[in-house]
Amino acid sequence: MAMLQVTDLKVNYGVIPALKGISFEVNQGEVIALIGANGAGKTTTLHTLTGLIQAASGKIEFEGKDITRTPAHKIVTMGMAHVPEGRHVFPDMTVYQNLMLGAFTRRDKAEISANLEMVYGRFPRLKERARQVAGTLSGGEQQMLAMGRALMSNPKIILMDEPSMGLSPIYVNEIFDIIEKVSSEGVTVLLVEQNAKKALTIADRAYVLETGTISTSGRASDLLHDDAIRKAYLGE
Amino acid sequence: MVTFIENLINGLSMGSIYAIIAIGYTMVYGIAKMLNFAHGDIIMVGSYAAFIMISTLGVPVPLGILGSVIICLCLGIMIEKIAYKPLRNAGSPLAVLITAIGVSYFLQNGAMLVFGSNTKSFTSVIPASIQTMQIGPFQIKGIAVVSILTSLILVGILQTFIGRTRPGQAMLACSQDRAAASLMGISVNNTITLTFAIGSAMAAIAGVLMCSYSPALTPTTGAMPGIKAFTAAVFGGIGSIPGAMVGGLVLGIIEQLSKYYISQQVSDAIVFGVLIIILLVKPTGLFGKVIQEKV
Repeated sequence: MAMLQVTDLKVNYGVIPALKGISFEVNQGEVIALIGANGAGKTTTLHTLTGLIQAASGKIEFEGKDITRTPAHKIVTMGMAHVPEGRHVFPDMTVYQNLMLGAFTRRDKAEISANLEMVYGRFPRLKERARQVAGTLSGGEQQMLAMGRALMSNPKIILMDEPSMGLSPIYVNEIFDIIEKVSSEGVTVLLVEQNAKKALTIADRAYVLETGTISTSGRASDLLHDDAIRKAYLGE
Repeated sequence: MVTFIENLINGLSMGSIYAIIAIGYTMVYGIAKMLNFAHGDIIMVGSYAAFIMISTLGVPVPLGILGSVIICLCLGIMIEKIAYKPLRNAGSPLAVLITAIGVSYFLQNGAMLVFGSNTKSFTSVIPASIQTMQIGPFQIKGIAVVSILTSLILVGILQTFIGRTRPGQAMLACSQDRAAASLMGISVNNTITLTFAIGSAMAAIAGVLMCSYSPALTPTTGAMPGIKAFTAAVFGGIGSIPGAMVGGLVLGIIEQLSKYYISQQVSDAIVFGVLIIILLVKPTGLFGKVIQEKV
């Protein structure tokens, strides 16, 4: 059984349909890329998964449990973390406080500090800047903080929305390296990216969203060599 | 010079009461992103509650104050749940603003129905032995000292609560980014309820202090201090707790000095005039941040 199973999911913004009945699945340990043009419904999909937006109809199942109507603040306790588009770090709090908020739902102090060391190990820059206010970090550092914060909840699956957006090429490479490392440690990844080439390079499978429907899906390596995909999304 | 310092202390003490009210305003704005115009009227309900328990029922003063705090805390939670929460996702933020004005009138008229429009004479909660104190050359009212100390203690507790506890961090997170806060597992609804509870409990304390200062208690007792505290909160930078504190103190001092040195009648006009000038120069208030509109 898939870890995350989405069935015929429909979402509307007022009268405008944003998702017109999409179905997909994510299996334990996979890296899944969700690619598509602006306004295709990628971010909407992630927001609906973590309860920030309510679905009009359809079903979202996570580890066999129906979470379609579960409020956002309960989703994270089930093991699903969301790194939102535009980072959304808490700007007036320090890096350390931001990370600790990532562990908000956890109680075990020893586990939390072990987790903190793990995050600091992965993002040494966050450790250096632990006392710095998050709003003063660079875009790349804020992205690392948002990812570190999500990892502080010790998630089974992590949803990442445009992690490379607005970053310099060096940071983009670093962020993708980190995603691969996170995945290699057993965390399942659902990745939304405009940088389709990069995303397809690290993903196992991918879904292509087109104005609210899934137009294509398959193994990422196949899509990477698919002529139509190359033309539409890889700029070739 | 002695008179000036006495006036300064009186202004500071009235300002401490404004500060306590202003903190409630500013916290609710910071976290629920709404102006709770009924906040001033919660002060009035708290004052009546304390009046009835202490003067009518003869409950000991500390218990009477505690009772008033509990009543206001519950009232704050109820108002939020019944009147504001259903409108939280309404299209226009004006909807909840107008509801708040409605709640304000509801409380005032409710009080008039229950307690009548006659002025009640509130008995000061300050023991007679320290009604006035002679400290060196200064003659200082006991309530002034109590007000200043109370506000300092309340702010200290509040800052510790926000800085050190989980619910406090949740409040801070909600005030900065509600969506991100809910992704952390923070219940935004519960956090907003908690904020209303804290703000309303503080309003009860402010009410008792204020009525110990000037004992005339009527159903509109809370309206003017409410407006002034709102002014103080805006002056300090709405959403900022230190801002509300400083704003309240400054407002109290300006009010007292203009009452004494210029005119009792126009002191309010002077207070609001100063506010307008300050906001013209610095529209975000003393500690306010420029709100960045998302592109």
